[in-house]
This record gives sequence, C-alpha cells and structure tokens, in this order.
Amino acid sequence: MTLAVKDLCVARGGVPVLVGLSFDLKVGAATILRGPNGSGKTTLLRTLAGLQPSLSGDIQGAEDQIAYAAHSDGLKAMLTVTENLSFWGHVFGLSDIEPAIEAFALNDLRDRLAGTLSAGQKRRLGLARLLVTGRPIWMLDEPTVSLDAKAVELFATAVRAHLAQGGSALIATHIDLGLTDAQVLDVTPYRATSDARAGASDEAFL
Amino acid sequence: MKALLLRDLALALRAGGGFGLGLAFFLIVTVLVPFGVGPQSELLSRIAPGILWLGALLACLLSLDRLLALDWEDGSLDLLATSPLPLEAALMIKAVAHWITTGLPLVLAAPLLGVLLNLPAPGFLWLVVSLAVGTPALSVIGCFGAALTVGVKRGGLLLSLLVLPLYVPTLIFGAEVARRGAVGMDVQTPLLMLAGITMGVIALMPFASAAALRVNLR
Repeated sequence: MTLAVKDLCVARGGVPVLVGLSFDLKVGAATILRGPNGSGKTTLLRTLAGLQPSLSGDIQGAEDQIAYAAHSDGLKAMLTVTENLSFWGHVFGLSDIEPAIEAFALNDLRDRLAGTLSAGQKRRLGLARLLVTGRPIWMLDEPTVSLDAKAVELFATAVRAHLAQGGSALIATHIDLGLTDAQVLDVTPYRATSDARAGASDEAFL
Repeated sequence: MKALLLRDLALALRAGGGFGLGLAFFLIVTVLVPFGVGPQSELLSRIAPGILWLGALLACLLSLDRLLALDWEDGSLDLLATSPLPLEAALMIKAVAHWITTGLPLVLAAPLLGVLLNLPAPGFLWLVVSLAVGTPALSVIGCFGAALTVGVKRGGLLLSLLVLPLYVPTLIFGAEVARRGAVGMDVQTPLLMLAGITMGVIALMPFASAAALRVNLR
C-alpha cells in the first residue's frame, strides 16, 4: 500500500517546522530522509506514525500500517531478549519471533536480560522488534546509532528483505546504508520560514 | 492485551519492580499509629477503619508515578500508542496490573493489620469488602493522574495534588462502610455508593486517561 503525503505541515511544540511537504512512499521502495539536526525529521516521522497531529495537509495509507522505531527502543531492562521480543510480537499479533532473532543475530543473547546488553546489542533488539510487528511501512529514526559495521550490514539486509516482501521504509539517517536504489528526500527546502511560524499553535495547555 | 498484563505483572515482581512498596508503606503506617496515639485500645478501635483506609489510599498513591513514567522513559509508551492495541485498553490493562500488584495485596493484608489497631470483630469482613470494592477505583483514577503528568520531570508531586481530590469520595464512602461495619450498623448505603463510584470511574476513566496521554505524547 502506497503512503501518500500531500502538502503536509508538521509542528513541534506548536511551532511549524516543515511546510508544504509532499511525497509518495511506494510498495517495495525505501526513502532516505536527510536534513541537518533540528530540521524536523523526527517530527515528520512521529506525525506520520500518528503520534502527533499535523497542522495541515493530508496523509493517506498510514492507518495501522506503520511500525515506528525511535531513538529509544522500548526495551524493559528486567526482561530477557526473548521476553521483550515475544511481548511485542503478542501485542502486534505475531507470536513467531525466530525470524527476528535470526535476522539480527540475537541467538546467543536470547536469555540475557535486556538491561545487561551493550548499546549496540540493545539497538539490534530494538530493530528486531520491527520484524515481529508484521507492519508493511517502517518508520525509522536514526536506526544505525551505536551499531557497528557488521550490525549495519545485518540491518541493511533486513531492510532489503522487507522491501522484497512488498514492504516499504522511510529512514532518517546520516550514514550510507548501501541501499542503492533508495530515493533520497532532503527536508531542508521545506523548512518553515518565520512567516509560517506566526499564529499557529496546537498546544492544548497554552 | 493479555501479553501486556503479564508483562506488567512480571516487571512488578522482578527486582526493582516496586512490588511490595505500597504494602510496606501500609504496614509501617498501621504499625506506627498505635505508638503515635498511645495504648488506648478503645480509641484505637474507634479510629481503626479510617486509619486503615487512609493507609491503603496513601500506599496506593505512592506507586502511581511509576505507573506510566517507566514506559515513557524507555519509549514503550510511544510504541504502544502506535500498536494495534487501543490506547484506552492498554491503559485499562495497566490500571488492572497496578491494582493486582498494589491494591490486592492491601486488601489481603488489611485484616492482619486490623488486629494491630484493635478493629472490632464485626468490622473485619466489611473492611475487606470495602477495600476490595474501593481500591480498583484508586488504581483507575491514579492511571488518569499518571497519564496527565507523564513526561513532566518529577511529576510525582503534581500527580498527588491532582489525584487526591478525586480520591476523596472513595475514601469517604469506603471508610464509612468499614466504620459502620465495625459498630454493627447497616452498611448498604455507603457500600452501594462506593460500588457506584468504582463502576463509574472504571467506565469513564480509561477514555479520559487515553485522551490525556495522547496530548502528552505529542
């Protein structure tokens, strides 16, 4: 299912950060989101994932299709790797976590408490969660932070496999993932100017 | 939904989960009150229902700021909000898990602690009944308070101030059931009021909590 974004305006803390953004995310395609720090990549991803409302514009095909992975992985330190994964599997209705464990080479870590993992291992577990969601559109915010070269390769392989199965991905990242046919969407031209910032607020308690 | 309940219970029972915090607080309050008011068994038995209810309420309040704050910090709340689980259901489940780990132990421990406060014999049954009927309301209302203050750094104080007035009706009718039971009076009216409050908040609060949380997740 294609995700179609039309003339979208997203805001952070009531202040518009990106204005007039339009793009399509087609089945089987990945789009790399680029832009300097603070340009609104995270805000865009959170808006598309449905965590916050947009100020204006239209998002189609996002409802219940998106698996979102943010800076924090949502892991419980006192649960083991398997327990963490199977919890999310149950929440999303998929109980088979083996492919996810396989894809991110977590087999040796299965019974370790998530709290005792290194930063890179935690990230791998956080990304493995995407595979147990069964959702077609991946929204990833800096997925490769604290991953080593080998783990980045694992991740790129997982993304390619996901695309080959008819999924799609929108990835905010600063490094080259080796996804050769991925489109690049630079958000810099869509940054809100000071005119757009005046008078718009979505804050409930202001 | 079952997975979320089991996860929350497992987390509460494992090290650092905070299970027993409320129970320990309840124990401390009821053990210390007789030292504070002196060894007058007649006075103690008169104030026992109120003290036990107050202790249970404060014990419940103590663990509320962990209810959603931990899930907020590690990002699970964002992920739960984007999952197929309706946020209302997720919050209801979290309130149920909070009741099982905090409210239920208080209900079970109350009769033992009633002995320390010289609670009259007919009062034991009604104390347990009133706590069993009333404490679910404390967890559900507390979940709403937690949803309102999630994301606020050190929101515990704000949470207590917001939640305490909402706890007052439950406290009044709950303690009244226990008091009337202890002196052998008819408990039907306050018990029905207490049950009504609990039913009402169980029906309404998950929606209010989810709405508050959606605003806070932005």
